[in-house]
Amino acid sequence: MAVSTWPLRDAVSATNNAPRHSALVRITHWLTTLCFFALLLSGIEIVISHPRFYWGETGNVMTPSLFDLPIPASRPWVQTGYGFVLPDQNGWSRNLHFEAAWLVIFTGLVYVISSLLGRHFRKNLLPAGAGLTWRALSKDIANHLRFQPPDEAEAWSYNVLQRLTYLLVIFVLFPLAIWTGLAMSPAIVSVFPFLATVFGGLQSARTIHFLVSVLLVLFLLIHIVMVCRAGFRNRMRAMITSRIASTNEHP
Amino acid sequence: MSNFSRRKLITTGLAATAGASGLAVAASLANRYGLIPPDHGGIYGPGEALTYASQRLLTRHSLAREFPRSQISQPPFANGRPLKDKAYQRLQAGAFADWRLTVDGMVARPASFSLSELRSYPSRSQITHLACEEGWSFIAEWTGVPLSHVLDLVGIQPQAKYVVYFSIQPHWWDSVDMADALHPQTLVTYGMNGGELPVGHGGPIRMRIPRQLGYKSIKYLSRITLTDSLKHIGDGRGSSEPAAGYSWFAGI
Repeated sequence: MAVSTWPLRDAVSATNNAPRHSALVRITHWLTTLCFFALLLSGIEIVISHPRFYWGETGNVMTPSLFDLPIPASRPWVQTGYGFVLPDQNGWSRNLHFEAAWLVIFTGLVYVISSLLGRHFRKNLLPAGAGLTWRALSKDIANHLRFQPPDEAEAWSYNVLQRLTYLLVIFVLFPLAIWTGLAMSPAIVSVFPFLATVFGGLQSARTIHFLVSVLLVLFLLIHIVMVCRAGFRNRMRAMITSRIASTNEHP
Repeated sequence: MSNFSRRKLITTGLAATAGASGLAVAASLANRYGLIPPDHGGIYGPGEALTYASQRLLTRHSLAREFPRSQISQPPFANGRPLKDKAYQRLQAGAFADWRLTVDGMVARPASFSLSELRSYPSRSQITHLACEEGWSFIAEWTGVPLSHVLDLVGIQPQAKYVVYFSIQPHWWDSVDMADALHPQTLVTYGMNGGELPVGHGGPIRMRIPRQLGYKSIKYLSRITLTDSLKHIGDGRGSSEPAAGYSWFAGI
């Protein structure tokens, strides 16, 4: 009898004390968060200096735009219809943007390389690990649409929809943002012209850079909403200390 | 448990020491090969230095993209307002006949060139982008004398590391390293789209550095000086732009 209680105790303590997220995931998550907000704030400031978007190689106030943002600008030559010009904040914004870009690239490299070596992707993010079937996926989508709170197992692993979303952010959106960012550099493009030409030119790359950042902001909003739905304190504790105190906490 | 912590402590210590000495070695190597920008101080210094060093390693000899004539933007957009500077307006009234470009500093034979002298030298025309840090851009054909030719005429002293160039408009100046100064596409530009360089685009002459953003292409060029250090020019950060928050190196 005494022997048989051991496995039970181990199972219980595992539920309460086993790390939810590895130190690597937690550190890179919060570094990325820091960079993301720096990139977002500085990106908005940069866009304010010319809130018009184009397709192709060139675009300026003399050429028709693909679309305009309905916001005032920080330059007098952009006609926004607001009748006032915002102060120029481009200098520090560009500095902050590139510094945060460097940090997020290093963070991303550490995360991706360590995750490949440590099999984090295979274990936790590849959808096969959560049973990738149309049924599982449609169940996840239906649960999300009905605003069902996640079941207890999801405190310990990700569902199929979540896995696909994270993979999209890590392997499509972030790389595309970096690619189109580099495609706007006249020096980088002098060495690798295809970075810009593959999209149809400098201005196309800028437009895609903007659209990708909109998708990333959309991801962030849904991410925060889902964290709140799943139990904000518990999920935050899991990502900061890696511990999960109680598996049935409700917001 | 204490064994584990000690091992962890030793590993962390070794990693930190290796990291710190790695950084020190990288910094001294970067300094020796001229990979540290003049505006490397402050909180944005690390980003500036990383950008400049990596782009300089990558782009020393690369050529900015050139485009077919059909891609020239019509009409080209000129930002900025008409120059109110008295000296400029007096020269403009005389059709810029008295405009001079002075070249001095670390050169063997300081000289001053008139527009007709500049036009008499071997010229180069190139159809390249002018991309502004704000986000807009246009393509135009730029004609001028390569800066490297002008520098050959005056004779570069071997210790020169930067070329500083000034607009006739006070407090508007910039500088590039020798890689950009001697680059074949760096032009003392006097023509645009087959005609003279319009006043709105910096006429009678402007610097054109097509591998960097538009703000490095100073308008109304009046003086060039060569130096081995930018410390004593302006606030020592290589350009009038860092004072407004803008990077000295504008390759991105």
